[in-house]
Amino acid sequence: MRPLEIAFWAATLLPFIVVPSYLSLASQVAITALFALSLDLLLGYAGIVSLGHAAYFGFGAYAAGLLSKHYFGEPLTGLVVAAIAAGVLGYLTSHVIVRFRHLALIMLTLGLGLLLAEAANSASWLTGGADGLQGVKVWPLLGFKFDLYGRTAYAYSLVVLFLLFLVARRVIHSPFGLALRGIRENATRMPAIGAPSLAHLRKVYTIAATMAGAAGALLTQTTSTVSLEVLSFGRSADVLVILILGGAGRLYGGIVGAIIYMVARDQFASMNPQYWYFWVGLLLVAVVLFLPNGILGGLRALYKRPE
Amino acid sequence: MLASLAGVLFDGFAYGMLLFLLSVGLSVTLGMMNFVNLAHCSFAMVGGYVTVTLTNRYGWPFVATLPMAFLAAAGIAVVLERTLYRRLYRASDLDQCLFTIGIVFISIAVYAWFYGTVVQSAPMPSYLRGSVELFGMSFAAYRLFLIALGLGVAAVLVAALEYTRFGAQVRAAVDNQRMARGLGIDVDRAFMITFALGGGLAGLGGAAAIEIVGLDHAFALTYLVYVLIVVAVGGLGSIGGSLAAALVLGVSDMAGKYYFPWLGAFVIYLVMVGLLMWRPVGLFGKR
Repeated sequence: MRPLEIAFWAATLLPFIVVPSYLSLASQVAITALFALSLDLLLGYAGIVSLGHAAYFGFGAYAAGLLSKHYFGEPLTGLVVAAIAAGVLGYLTSHVIVRFRHLALIMLTLGLGLLLAEAANSASWLTGGADGLQGVKVWPLLGFKFDLYGRTAYAYSLVVLFLLFLVARRVIHSPFGLALRGIRENATRMPAIGAPSLAHLRKVYTIAATMAGAAGALLTQTTSTVSLEVLSFGRSADVLVILILGGAGRLYGGIVGAIIYMVARDQFASMNPQYWYFWVGLLLVAVVLFLPNGILGGLRALYKRPE
Repeated sequence: MLASLAGVLFDGFAYGMLLFLLSVGLSVTLGMMNFVNLAHCSFAMVGGYVTVTLTNRYGWPFVATLPMAFLAAAGIAVVLERTLYRRLYRASDLDQCLFTIGIVFISIAVYAWFYGTVVQSAPMPSYLRGSVELFGMSFAAYRLFLIALGLGVAAVLVAALEYTRFGAQVRAAVDNQRMARGLGIDVDRAFMITFALGGGLAGLGGAAAIEIVGLDHAFALTYLVYVLIVVAVGGLGSIGGSLAAALVLGVSDMAGKYYFPWLGAFVIYLVMVGLLMWRPVGLFGKR
């Protein structure tokens, strides 16, 4: 790791000391950052545009919630089971998703996301429907209770984010990651030089779905509740906005975007909740017109550091 | 059973016509300019709110406000096309998506600011209320009006695109933009007029939708999904395709809500995903 990266991760410990009353928000930021990181693998590196990525987030959230409600409330087991469940769903859907591009791809991801949201809404005997899943009991994590201040929640989310970030970083810097960028740049040439394009895309889709499922499970365990909102189109759109704001195709893009977006939303929501989306819209328009590579891309252009 | 089937078919047909009005403009602009305009339903909201304002505040008759809804939405579409959209014609799908989602968010907040978040309605003239007896069955008058309007718009569009010089230029630009430019067709001008037409038709659809589905500030997002489904399933730039897809989706949505109410909107999404997997370029798509 470079010094700047070490400084960044050291800075993520600051909320414990500086703003201890905001640790719940900090844990939400870490979860959203993990979700955005998983979308970055798809969108930023493999070039798969998804408008329904919340499907895997929500699936993981419900898997973790149902497991701890009915069987076993141990958080680490729940996290692993939920991530694997979302990964299996990702693997199954990837066979369809990777065959499409452009508008059909956008529509299919959107459609699958909406389909799952409707399914969860209809199956209220299982998911609790619009009332949300009640009665999720999460056991203490390695002896630490999930307290009201969010100390355990933030520490837990941060550690999971960091570990999965290392995984994503390893994936990106491997030959496999290079092949993904090749597919993103030219989807027809890669098979021609012998790269198994579809298999690569299926693999990264499964990895991203697993990570999204882990993020969803974290949300369930740190808040002890699951609502239908975890599957909504709004969540898919938000994470896309976050990633674009931070800078897609950069490992830290989703994390930086999540910090700025979530903190700003927290501030704006207390002043004027109804018009938050006006600023999000304005931000999107401005980013597309003036900052095509997000905040991180803009900073890099300012400093012109070598890659 | 048979009567209820006919009723569902009729309601679904009318609903499909509404979806057709809302989406045909997007189909033409998307097919022609390859521009993913997710803000299409924001233009529909322009038309809807023009009708609501004119009927409620100035006492215009409903039918007279429809041309105004068309013109207002078309005007705003031209202004946006000239100032903002044209910068993004060569941008990636993703950038166009994000930019237009941004416009959707802005428009939703602006309407919430001016009109609040309550569902708006417009008073209907007496001849569009109630129902009409035909062949021993009663049909809602407004739905008949909607079907006539949809069929009329489809006929005018087909005639304009198939049998006029401008239509030939538009079709040439859809099929091969570079070749069309090479032949001296003013593609930019054709773009602008088509975009205005598409926005105007959305405005008309938005105004016509008030009576059926209501109009609130979130309309641009709620109906975006339906409009995209129609366009993606019907195939880009195909008016017949949009009509067929809108009718299939309208009828299946109505039938789903009537016979399987516990499934909710599940049916329409299932139909979309199934159709897209079977024909990714849409039922009548060429590319």
